[in-house]
Amino acid sequence: MRPTTVLALATLWLCSVADAPAAVPVAVHASTDPLDSARWGDMAKTFFAGRTVVFDARVKVVAPAIAEDSLNVPVSVDASGLAGVEEVLVFADFNPILAVLRFRPVKAKPALGFRLKLQQSSPVRAAARTADGVWHVGGTWVTATGGGCTAPSTGSGSPEWQERLNQVSGRIFPRSDGSERLRMRVIHPMDTGLAQGIPVFHIEELTLSDESGAELMRIQTYEPVSENPLFTIDMPAAGTRVRARGRDNNGNRIDAWVTQ
Amino acid sequence: MSTRHVAFPALLACALALLPAPAPAAAEATRFDYRLAPQEIAPGVHVFTGLREDFSPANGGNIVNTGFIVGSTGVIVIDTGPSRRYGEQMLAAIRRVTPLPVVLTINTHHHPDHFLGNQAFPAATLAALPETQRGIQKDGEAFNENLYRMAGDWMEGTERVAPTQPLAAGRRTVGGRDIEIVALDGHTPADFVLIDHASGTVFAGDLLFHDRAATTPHADLAHWLAALERLATLPARQWVPGHGDVTRDAAAIAQTRDYLEWIAATMREGAESGLDMTEMLARPIPARFRGLAEVEREYRRSVVHLFPAAEQAVLEKAHAR
Ligand SMILES: [Zn+2]
Repeated sequence: MRPTTVLALATLWLCSVADAPAAVPVAVHASTDPLDSARWGDMAKTFFAGRTVVFDARVKVVAPAIAEDSLNVPVSVDASGLAGVEEVLVFADFNPILAVLRFRPVKAKPALGFRLKLQQSSPVRAAARTADGVWHVGGTWVTATGGGCTAPSTGSGSPEWQERLNQVSGRIFPRSDGSERLRMRVIHPMDTGLAQGIPVFHIEELTLSDESGAELMRIQTYEPVSENPLFTIDMPAAGTRVRARGRDNNGNRIDAWVTQ
Repeated sequence: MSTRHVAFPALLACALALLPAPAPAAAEATRFDYRLAPQEIAPGVHVFTGLREDFSPANGGNIVNTGFIVGSTGVIVIDTGPSRRYGEQMLAAIRRVTPLPVVLTINTHHHPDHFLGNQAFPAATLAALPETQRGIQKDGEAFNENLYRMAGDWMEGTERVAPTQPLAAGRRTVGGRDIEIVALDGHTPADFVLIDHASGTVFAGDLLFHDRAATTPHADLAHWLAALERLATLPARQWVPGHGDVTRDAAAIAQTRDYLEWIAATMREGAESGLDMTEMLARPIPARFRGLAEVEREYRRSVVHLFPAAEQAVLEKAHAR
């Protein structure tokens, strides 16, 4: 399928369709959003004002059509169908906090598995920016009964957890094609600040590097990432150890080695 | 499933536009009739067999098996169904069979389709294993709300009533009937099983599913498999599963065990080979289980319930090395 090209709505409001730059095909009304979301216009304005945005089926977002647990909705994003992906942004149109995470694949495959909290039914989208600056957007609807963002974390209610804050467990799995898969989990409540009386407290940054210190992937996480975040990352063989370093918004540090 | 998926965005758009709710229902009396017809599977032993479906506005939650046993002096009720209306209609059906009083109303476990009809029965007769009492007390209202979302207006007026009488394992005479209570767990933290010795009928609750995929939101698979071993040793001439047809064949036990063993192995192997949860969700169901009603949906739910513990075990084991 040929991607449908649209202009971000912010641009649309400033100029009529006739004035649209010649290089960009006809701006399409927001209703052409393949997910037909009433919020797409706002998403375009929030994240891609003044940028070129295309809906592109090569950006794959896999998530269950119905969320069994709105606190832990499994999502896999894969933009490896595109060449030269520099950055990927994940967001959910109907969440009170829109952005879920961003990552720069660096040396890893431009793909990431994780879980997120959904407040209600929403598109979950990934936008991949290629070297030419174009954002390629894919996504899928997830039906959720909700409350995922305003529910307190398990961690916020239990004292033992604080001793384990930012502890990493993980493993490197060799893949049959010679590449490697890293799966890692960090103990963190990832409190959104939307549950009454519980301040925002979440991991902000996580950087993975190989034994020589070369960066493999850089992830920025926001409040909607699920408690005790678990990531699945595919990468070329990076050796037997990967270092995970990062911090949360209170300045607590993450620093651990993940091995085979 | 796909209709729900498509309908939701439209529904949300409506909500955003502040459109009024759909017109109120008419002809309630016939609309919310579960058409409960008890089947007498042994002298004095009656079962209401539910549909092998998931909760929906079409079935009003009538997806569960309930039953009653008529003794010489009273009636024992086993599970009360998914709603106040179900409980009321169940009691009316019992009244068409016998005028004897209900002396014991049991909730086999704390899942909503097994206790939300409690309102219709005398409060003093409501009984359950202690862990089930606690579960209904703790989660009953949330389950009620959730079922309202799934089954709709059938649920109107349904309130959680927690059983006050704790049950203990053992053999006794109730209502003039020789019964035995077996306290097991695994489907939930407490799963009640009743043996009616005169007829050799075993009400197995949700420890037993028959031609319907097992549900696992509160399951401990190792305990559940142990409970099935125990079930197989009971003096049974017929089995009443929690979901699916009554059977005289212990094959239902083997079927439930086979499915649960497959689920446990699939979670373990998936975690050990480093699969992501979305990859687990996409795995095909083996041919031998495709005949189980709701298996596609239940397998996916089970991944969400059970895979996190399996993957955590693998990741923590690696880290400890
Ligand atoms: Zn159950």
